[in-house]
Amino acid sequence: MTSRAAALAEGMPASRLSMRRGRWRWIAIAALLCVPALVPVLSIVAAFAAPDLDIWRHLAQHILPQVVPNTLKLVVGVALLSGVLGTSLAWLTAMCEFPGRRFFDWALLLPLAIPTYVLAFVAVGFLDFAGPLQSWLRAVFGSSAWFPPIRSTGGTIVVMSLALYPYVYLLARSAFLTQGRRALEAARTLGLSAAAGAWRVALPMARPWIAGGIALVGMETLADFGAVSVFNYDTFTTAIYRVWSGLFSMSAALQLSGVLLLFVVIALLIERRSRAGARFASSRDASREAPRMSLSPARQVAALAFVSLVFLLAFALPVLQLAHWAVARAASDFDARYFGFVARSLVLAGGGAALIVVASLLLAYIGRREPHRCTRILVRLATMGYAIPGTVLAIGLLVPVIVLNNTLQEALRSWLGPAAPTIMLHGTLFTVLLAYAARFLAVGFNPVESGLHRVTRSIDEAAISLGVTGAALLRKVHAPLLRTSLATAATLVFVDIMKEMPITLIARPFGWETLAVRVFEMTAEGEWERAALPAVAIVLTGLIPVAMLTRRGAYVA
Amino acid sequence: MWLELRDVVRRFGERTAVNGLTLSLPQGAIGCLLGPSGCGKTTALRCIAGFEPVDGGAIYARGRLLAEPGFMLSPERRHIGMVFQDYALFPHLTVLENVAFGLHALERAARLRRAEEMLEIVGLGEHRRHYPHQLSGGQQQRVALARALAPRPELVLLDEPFSSLDVELRERLGLEVRSVLKNLNATALLVTHDQQEAFAVADVVGVMRAGRLEQCATPYELYHRPASRFVADFIGQGVFLPGEIVGSDAVRTEVGIVRANGGARWPSGTLVDLLLRPDDVVHDDASELRAEVCQRAFRGAQFLYTLRLPSGAQLLSLVPSHHDHAIGEHIGIRIEADHVVAFERGGSVAL
Amino acid sequence: MNETLTESAMLPSAARTDLRRGRRIAALPLVLVACLAAWGCARAPEELVVYSARNEQLIKPLFDRYTAETGMPIRFVTDDAGPLIERLAAEGANSPADVLMTVDAGELWFAAQRGLLQPLDSAVLEQNIPEHLRDPEGRWFGLSVRARTIVYSTERVKPEELSTYEALAEPQWQGRLCLRTSKKVYNQSLVAMLIAQHGEERTEQIVRGWVQNLATDVFSSDNLLMEAIAAGQCDVGIVNTYYFGRMQRDNPDLPLRLFWPDQQGNGVHVNVSGAGVTAHAPRAEQARAFLEWLSSAEAQGQFAGANLEYPANPAVEPDERVAAWGAFKASPLNVAQAGELQADAVRLMDRAGYR
Repeated sequence: MTSRAAALAEGMPASRLSMRRGRWRWIAIAALLCVPALVPVLSIVAAFAAPDLDIWRHLAQHILPQVVPNTLKLVVGVALLSGVLGTSLAWLTAMCEFPGRRFFDWALLLPLAIPTYVLAFVAVGFLDFAGPLQSWLRAVFGSSAWFPPIRSTGGTIVVMSLALYPYVYLLARSAFLTQGRRALEAARTLGLSAAAGAWRVALPMARPWIAGGIALVGMETLADFGAVSVFNYDTFTTAIYRVWSGLFSMSAALQLSGVLLLFVVIALLIERRSRAGARFASSRDASREAPRMSLSPARQVAALAFVSLVFLLAFALPVLQLAHWAVARAASDFDARYFGFVARSLVLAGGGAALIVVASLLLAYIGRREPHRCTRILVRLATMGYAIPGTVLAIGLLVPVIVLNNTLQEALRSWLGPAAPTIMLHGTLFTVLLAYAARFLAVGFNPVESGLHRVTRSIDEAAISLGVTGAALLRKVHAPLLRTSLATAATLVFVDIMKEMPITLIARPFGWETLAVRVFEMTAEGEWERAALPAVAIVLTGLIPVAMLTRRGAYVA
Repeated sequence: MWLELRDVVRRFGERTAVNGLTLSLPQGAIGCLLGPSGCGKTTALRCIAGFEPVDGGAIYARGRLLAEPGFMLSPERRHIGMVFQDYALFPHLTVLENVAFGLHALERAARLRRAEEMLEIVGLGEHRRHYPHQLSGGQQQRVALARALAPRPELVLLDEPFSSLDVELRERLGLEVRSVLKNLNATALLVTHDQQEAFAVADVVGVMRAGRLEQCATPYELYHRPASRFVADFIGQGVFLPGEIVGSDAVRTEVGIVRANGGARWPSGTLVDLLLRPDDVVHDDASELRAEVCQRAFRGAQFLYTLRLPSGAQLLSLVPSHHDHAIGEHIGIRIEADHVVAFERGGSVAL
Repeated sequence: MNETLTESAMLPSAARTDLRRGRRIAALPLVLVACLAAWGCARAPEELVVYSARNEQLIKPLFDRYTAETGMPIRFVTDDAGPLIERLAAEGANSPADVLMTVDAGELWFAAQRGLLQPLDSAVLEQNIPEHLRDPEGRWFGLSVRARTIVYSTERVKPEELSTYEALAEPQWQGRLCLRTSKKVYNQSLVAMLIAQHGEERTEQIVRGWVQNLATDVFSSDNLLMEAIAAGQCDVGIVNTYYFGRMQRDNPDLPLRLFWPDQQGNGVHVNVSGAGVTAHAPRAEQARAFLEWLSSAEAQGQFAGANLEYPANPAVEPDERVAAWGAFKASPLNVAQAGELQADAVRLMDRAGYR
């Protein structure tokens, strides 16, 4: 009975139950919810109708041999390093006790609020040959030739990992917190030391969460243009921009994006296949609060040093540098308009987060109610958007919306004549929010889905047997159980939208200047120091939801 | 002694969970700590396993010190196997991998051989490639047992191992577990709040209350010779009837003078409470002693009647089920007690 | 059996209510969004709409001035030229845009090529803007001149050692040259102009020579490049003058100087920031008048001066800080060629290994 119910809740085959009327209706709703995210994917697929062979020959000869290995190196490196950072930090703050643990518990999430391209710029500005550190080294030692170059594969990997590890940290941490100590205790009765138990039991059990975090990091890395441009590190994405802006071929850019997506699909499939039938559900009495591992004094010092170092490099130092620049410019650049920038950023990020969380919740419920292949494939496709370079996705979505708008406009004109009002679907907040949904559905959907896994059928049944059904069931049972998952999803999406540039730029309504748009205005002409002011504002505003999330106490995805 | 606990104390802040627990277990014996929830039995088990330190006393296994205040041998070096209440099977490993998990000292081939052997012993040979979630609760339980036993531990601890199973399965599996343990000549300590489970599996049962051991004895002894009113109450059914000592071995009660073959140590005139088990009260139509049926429970071969005496005091009686009496009927009863158990009212214990 | 019955009897109803409730929740943001969408549709009747790849801080003060002088309100959206052009193309006849403004001639050329700009017949513009800084067919006009020239370290280089862009490919600059990435359109148009001058073969030799002389990997910005020269990582580089101007403003003691190459030959490579009227501009007449005003003496000083560029209108003096760098001979080739040859330039740089 119990295992059966669990199987149902987890979307295992339950053919008899799902053979119901109205099943296609739910799939249709799921499809509708996925439309914004599917449109750019379809645009990309459609671009293959007219392959530009001449450009492809050029790419194959001069570009791909360089960017394919480059991209692989970068993605693998960033995935590995941010995986190691995120997982080890999560282990320390979730399972161990050391001085300052409570502070780092939430402080280690803060780098989420710093856009990757900003961290990249700060790192290059500070650590490159002409930067203050190497200049000081030359002044003192006469040479800084031994200093490892920051604009290199290694430097790019380290800096991007420092910016992106919080995705892994957040998910791994919640996995460790919820998987309970029983499995670890069992491992120790079977003769494994605490460290060996962590390696062989806790880590493999947390694997879907860690893999989920790493998948987000990998997709973000693939889609990144800003940070790799600062490092001048050529990837698939920079190649996409090169054929578009340099060779004036949008279709080749879309085709390249298609190849990129294909890689992502293959990588995700391999991961899924390697997990095969293993299950990772957390233990049923996980709620039991177990004491944290106490570390020896030497290890406490080591743990504290490690987390402090990461926090300093990923957040404290870059923010100090930004603040330094921002203060220098604040007198001339800061004015009352900033309240408007902040307010509009908040509206967009808040609205986008609400929309995406609701859509994710609906999708997750439909997936649970109708564990059908169609829905699963739909959702998979719809969450691909995260791996498409931002501008390509923005164009891939915006162009079809404009075409739709033109069709509507023609229809309206033939109906009302010249008196017909002008409509402009694009360039409205509606389109901006839809485009965000296309890009960030993956970010919102993952935590919501894994949260819903925890609401088993037997919990529903228990509530129903006690007379709690319908809205009351949602309010009294599901909402409290899902609250932290929803908050996590909302926070991640919120912070991502705060930092987002290409979609906001192309689809925003007239006059809708946000903080991210400000950053663009400054950086477009290379005035990076002036961009520090809006960047600091992004970081500060992004801190609001992160603080809200962590103030709840134990935040868990 | 194979396992020995001497005056073990474990405190959580103000609360003392285990308060001077002394216990020993010879090789090959199956012991059980029985008690209501919160009595400290699970804490005691976790102290033995090495998940909790001790604040007083000491724990030894085969003469080796496992724990004392300020010292705690780490769990993995104690050679103690454990079966958890929720089994704690590793969900990412197959059944075979779970059982082989603790055999890391062996070569791969030997490891698999041993794991398969253990699976055969618990009768799950053909499920070796399955994942835990594909098994029923009882099967998962047996995997957990096989996993704990596979490394040939010096001692096996079982923490409420049957609590998440249904009743029939619980009894059957209890006997199975006992025979597996006995066949392997394993020494085991079980923790449970269910006396049926304790009696089915254990050779010797210690009843715990508020962190202390009230009595440690065979199940038969516990039932028939409870050392305290708490044990008498906790083990089996029965009621206490007020009475007075009227000479050696005789207690006068509302149901007449009850004679027992144990010696009552109190002088005549001492006021006592007499424990009467349902099987001590025998239905006898010929008896003058009459009581009114006020509740009855059909138990197949027998009825359990709750009887009301004229004074209003109640008795339980187990009666063959062909004696079918309606509620409100008055029936004749007779007291037939082998071991009379009495406790001085407000005072100490006696047999 | 019994179990199955209870399950199927209870669960669907529960799940259904979940979803019904969920839909109600979903409706909320949708309503909100619809309201906002309706608001976005409203457009004032008399106004100009500009799609601009030139930054807000460089255009807004000027636009405000125009509105103050003529009463014509101006709305604008900023973005990179690529997305703006795609948007313009997709909108077609329904586009609200009247003017497209970019910071590179190649992008204007590309927009014109795709039929997104309309030819203007304006005597004012033709008189204000020199021929080589505008489209021969009158579809776009340069409004400010961006000179891409040589910058050198005053500590390690004597100006006599410098001559032309081409000369930077010679072995004497081995390990002393710094370049910005070839992804930046300024370098693409520079190489395009070299192709126009020398043909592909000779240009490829030059670019290969540059790459061989690089002291370090190419930079992502002109600023970082100049900082590297100042710090001693290399001795000479190629930058847009206004980046140098900005850096000089912040740090007057900068050990860097500008050098005007090829003064005996073709002259300094220039690009333009410019604008054109869109093919389907709802207010083409007003847009033309606006461009004419931008090219006029009264607007040119501010248009160029805001970013330390050179005015396109030769009648207007550049900002005095800019004038201090001295006069130079600029390349007379039409900047439209930067667009025409841009794709060839990019491919050439790919072949030459210039990243």
